[in-house]
Amino acid sequence: MSAEMERPVAGPNYAAAARDAVLAGVIALGVFGPLIGFKTEQNMNNQLVVENRWGIVIVIVAIVVIGRFLLKAFVFPALVTRKANAGPASTDESFFKRNFKTIGLAFLLLYPVIIVSMLGYQQSIKWVDNFGIQILIYVMLGWGLNIVVGLAGLLDLGYVAFYAVGAYSYALLSSHFGFSFWLLLPLSGILAAMWGVILGFPVLRLRGDYLAIVTLAFGEIIRLVLINWREVTNGSAGISSIPKVDIFGWITFNVADPTYIGKILDLPPSSAYYKIFLYYLILALALFTAFVTLRLRRLPIGRAWEALREDEVACRSLGINTTNTKLTAFALGAMFGGFAGSFFAARQGFVSPESFVFLESAVIVAIVVLGGMGSMVGVAIAAAAMIGGTEILRELSFLKAVFGPEFNPDQFRMLIFGLAMVTIMVWKPRGFVGNREPTAFLHEKKSVSGSLVQEGHG
Amino acid sequence: MASVALALLIVMVVSMVLTSLMSWTIERVAYRPLRGSFRLAPLISAIGMSIVLSNFVQVAQGPRNKPVPPMVTDTIVLMERNGFAVTLSYKQIIIMVVTAVLLAGFWYVVQKTPLGRAQRACEQDRKMAALLGVNVDRTISLTFVMGAALAAVAGTLFLMYYGVVNFSDGFVPGVKAFTAAVLGGIGSLPGAVLGGLLIGLIETFWSGYFSIDYKDVAAFSILAIVLIFMPQGILGRPEVEKV
Repeated sequence: MSAEMERPVAGPNYAAAARDAVLAGVIALGVFGPLIGFKTEQNMNNQLVVENRWGIVIVIVAIVVIGRFLLKAFVFPALVTRKANAGPASTDESFFKRNFKTIGLAFLLLYPVIIVSMLGYQQSIKWVDNFGIQILIYVMLGWGLNIVVGLAGLLDLGYVAFYAVGAYSYALLSSHFGFSFWLLLPLSGILAAMWGVILGFPVLRLRGDYLAIVTLAFGEIIRLVLINWREVTNGSAGISSIPKVDIFGWITFNVADPTYIGKILDLPPSSAYYKIFLYYLILALALFTAFVTLRLRRLPIGRAWEALREDEVACRSLGINTTNTKLTAFALGAMFGGFAGSFFAARQGFVSPESFVFLESAVIVAIVVLGGMGSMVGVAIAAAAMIGGTEILRELSFLKAVFGPEFNPDQFRMLIFGLAMVTIMVWKPRGFVGNREPTAFLHEKKSVSGSLVQEGHG
Repeated sequence: MASVALALLIVMVVSMVLTSLMSWTIERVAYRPLRGSFRLAPLISAIGMSIVLSNFVQVAQGPRNKPVPPMVTDTIVLMERNGFAVTLSYKQIIIMVVTAVLLAGFWYVVQKTPLGRAQRACEQDRKMAALLGVNVDRTISLTFVMGAALAAVAGTLFLMYYGVVNFSDGFVPGVKAFTAAVLGGIGSLPGAVLGGLLIGLIETFWSGYFSIDYKDVAAFSILAIVLIFMPQGILGRPEVEKV
């Protein structure tokens, strides 16, 4: 209490807060008023008719005014006080934090088992497929792009192109030639890596915005070719009935086959087995990506990537071949994108150019940056938070009971996704995981703050 | 005709004011806290904001196309031969005139006024500009306001020309605008005009002589090719590498 009394400004400043709140209200009226207040609808004669919805606007403006007042009057002073009173941050970490990686890995391995034992096979499909597999695909993509953006410091806004190359490689080669997934997985990785080098060559000299825009353009070119080269890719209609993955031909997941998993293991037919198998497959692929990245960071090539990110000029003057360094980063990042793509095609059984729009690239870059560039755990957390979060929004059908049957929570999914991106960046510009573990060190290994790590010029 | 021109002008001014206010707010909320932070943070924030804006419009105005009745319909016949006429519509003339006027206006603002000088100073060295008494925050806010006002004019002209608008219509022009700015050289106003003209011409001629399906591929490929040989864009200043 005594600390409170000694502060120069005692108590909240209501007058200033009220002024601020009114100003915020006026701005909110300007920003939201016209777009929400008026809505145009087509009538029977295809004419636009204006509807008024000022009720919603008043509610929004009221929320903004009250929120701003509370923030200014109570929350901001409280934050200042807390900052002033905060002691030195405690250095000992909790058991959970120290063993986060082990616990996380154990959870990932046991996840389908937990879900199946809780909900049974039929009910588990949604949780294993929409949450488990979906998140792990993005974790893998995030880790693959992390090589390019996080380690080598080259901003790639067209990463989804390699994902598309992998997906179409599997889709086309398996439906036309009947090759198996296990042959096409490495092949689509190699094809994607080849495209990575094809993109890498022209952009070697570009940096910053220029690199970003050319990679973005590359992603769009691949997508547009997929849409327009109808003879091969079937255009926007996409390729459907892509064969399922099997376990090296010994066990399959088609009910009609004599080697169907249900017949071999004497289980009732269910599509849940395939989903659980896919879950472990993508988990293995993602962990393989992580393993390769962790090992590469200790090799000269990985050190060269990070040196390139820190300072390209110094890198060159020390005799590192920046051309090869950049190309290998693009190729390896692309290869993992290709793996993820072929898995995606096998999982969906259907690919179309719709799945490879720029937004996907933006989401993957966002996951890498939100996680804290270069931090593998951070990328995984970001993928789980962003993708899992938007998937959960699909499940909020109970809100229909609150807002009436017309209310559709699904339409707010991307809106909230975008808001989350902005909020997380403003709150933690360095991403979720703020420390890095260097691979080269003197005497002892210490984590360093992420703010000491450069982000590269590319 | 006069009433249509007046209506267009009013719509343009109102939309400029509204988008300016929005852009100012967005700058305060999403970009200013990240100033001086690392380079990718504002980029991610900007991508997030673009997702928010288009989805906000989708939620508020519905996902369907909004057709408006044609406002300007007259055309001038330039020449006619064998029954084929070369025409120039009033809409096209309006777009060209508005673009030319705005280009002249903004060239004047950037080159001749104190605000423009402050903007160029911030572009070159933000810290030095602040030391010399330039209000960096205010300059950047005003730049965002100007950018949004220009985008509002472009949006109004787009609706006037094509007659249909949709919540997701902003994305492709946004990417093309970025492409045009990079192609012309970032930081150069004539470069932006040149870049925009080139992108438009490449697309039109490609659709005319080759295939309309691949017009975007052609535009993006030309961008990549130009940047490989001129990494600074056509009129951009070469970047000096400081050690």
